[in-house]
Amino acid sequence: MKQAETTLAIQFRNLTLGYDRHPAVHHLHGAIPRGALVAVAGPNGAGKSTLLKALIGENRPLQGEFRLAVAHERIAYLPQQSEIDTSFPVSVFDMVAMGLWRRVGGFGGLSRSQRDEVKATIEQVGLTGLEHRPIGTLSGGQLQRARFARLILQDCELLLLDEPFNAIDSRTTDDLIALILDWHAQGRTILAVLHDLERIRRYFPDCLLLAREVIAYGPTPEVLTAERLARARAVTETFDEDAPVCHRHPEQEAV
Amino acid sequence: MRRALAGCLALALGATPIGLFLLLRRMSLMGDAMSHAILPGAALGYLAFGLSLGAMTVGGIVAGVVVAMAAGLVARSSILKEDASLAAFYLMSLAAGVLIVSLRGRNLDLLHVLFGSVLGLDDNSLLLIAGITTLTLFALALLYRPLVLECFDPSYLRGVSRLSPVAHYGFLILVVLNLVSGFHALGTLMAVGIMILPAASARLWARRLTAMLALAVAIAFGSGVVGLLSSFHADVPAGPAIVFSAGIAYLVSLFLAPGGLFGARLYRLPHLES
Repeated sequence: MKQAETTLAIQFRNLTLGYDRHPAVHHLHGAIPRGALVAVAGPNGAGKSTLLKALIGENRPLQGEFRLAVAHERIAYLPQQSEIDTSFPVSVFDMVAMGLWRRVGGFGGLSRSQRDEVKATIEQVGLTGLEHRPIGTLSGGQLQRARFARLILQDCELLLLDEPFNAIDSRTTDDLIALILDWHAQGRTILAVLHDLERIRRYFPDCLLLAREVIAYGPTPEVLTAERLARARAVTETFDEDAPVCHRHPEQEAV
Repeated sequence: MRRALAGCLALALGATPIGLFLLLRRMSLMGDAMSHAILPGAALGYLAFGLSLGAMTVGGIVAGVVVAMAAGLVARSSILKEDASLAAFYLMSLAAGVLIVSLRGRNLDLLHVLFGSVLGLDDNSLLLIAGITTLTLFALALLYRPLVLECFDPSYLRGVSRLSPVAHYGFLILVVLNLVSGFHALGTLMAVGIMILPAASARLWARRLTAMLALAVAIAFGSGVVGLLSSFHADVPAGPAIVFSAGIAYLVSLFLAPGGLFGARLYRLPHLES
């Protein structure tokens, strides 16, 4: 099944990623169409974060390649472990306003309409009244809302979210999922790493089940079957120090 | 005396904001390390041209920039963090500096290099300090936003912009320049004092970055005035007197400021309903 190139956001060709020659993601084939809302599922160590990091160019493929139909600056990435130094004296408003970076640049000032836009976005994620608080005084959920507000202002075509609901309560999670569904309705492409299978089933039309290699990729109800989940769980997570060189033929693995 | 005062004002305006960013990046000790890294350059300049301002300044800047760039490169591209890479390069630089000085086999006026001579500032040194301060203020105004983002969320900056290395390396160069200007007035060992002590005091009082910057500059200049006066009347060296004044300001802040030792108890207000 070949789709026209223009309707694809990402194409994987025999993509193998890993650390120190040991693969974390093996021989990944497939394509993600534009406007897809894909949940990336799988046990810890399945290579989910590795895959997202590869897409933003943070680690190089050991083998194979991927093609992005989206320009690098139109990709937004929400890392799992935020590097944000919350002790730094920056207000919520300033942090969220940094989402406008691409329009304002490193040196330009914010216009009045852009200030209003930032305020409206802060209101949209439910942080009104906290604009002038230092980010260090926010709770975990509030900080995640602020990071989502920044994502909204970034206005990107492709969004890569790595476990956005880790240690976030269910009410905040529901609010943030509503934002993701908004983005989906606007035609953006979204890949989100999630562990909550029930939420994946409810909100995500497509699912990529990873366990060091693709277990299944397609419509969520067909992917998240008991048998496939069990297979994903069974994949060992330990690195075999003396693993032989992989000679699998690339074409065998097409999904 | 008037020259010394002008020198202190220039240092407070230029070096102290740099010190505050060092502090907020948790790199306070980096200033100390960098000041050692400057030594071989200044020593080479001295070897080649004697006790000349220009040669020692250029040498110091070159040595400092080389170390800062090498450390920055290693921090960005290897698994070593900035503190480790800097420690490695500054120690190499310091060792080289001591070797170079001993090659000459004669005791240069080490006290001058170590403790500076703010009361003996000549016009050339003053112009140099003022020039570096002007450059620093312009560069900070330009780099402010990338630098703030590089400090509190570097991975986001790398994602949205190519300015991350500009902010990082530009900042390191500013650190070196200001250490060299501080070293003329206060000496290599004391130059870091005027960067870090007022910055640490201001951090204890203020919550906003702009207020912190203004307060740090004010404290630095105040310490300069007090230090100079006490040095003049009590006949003690000016550099240590200035840094010691800044140290007293820091101790006072530590006891009285909201962020200090007793801040939580001193500023206790009844809590709000929500």
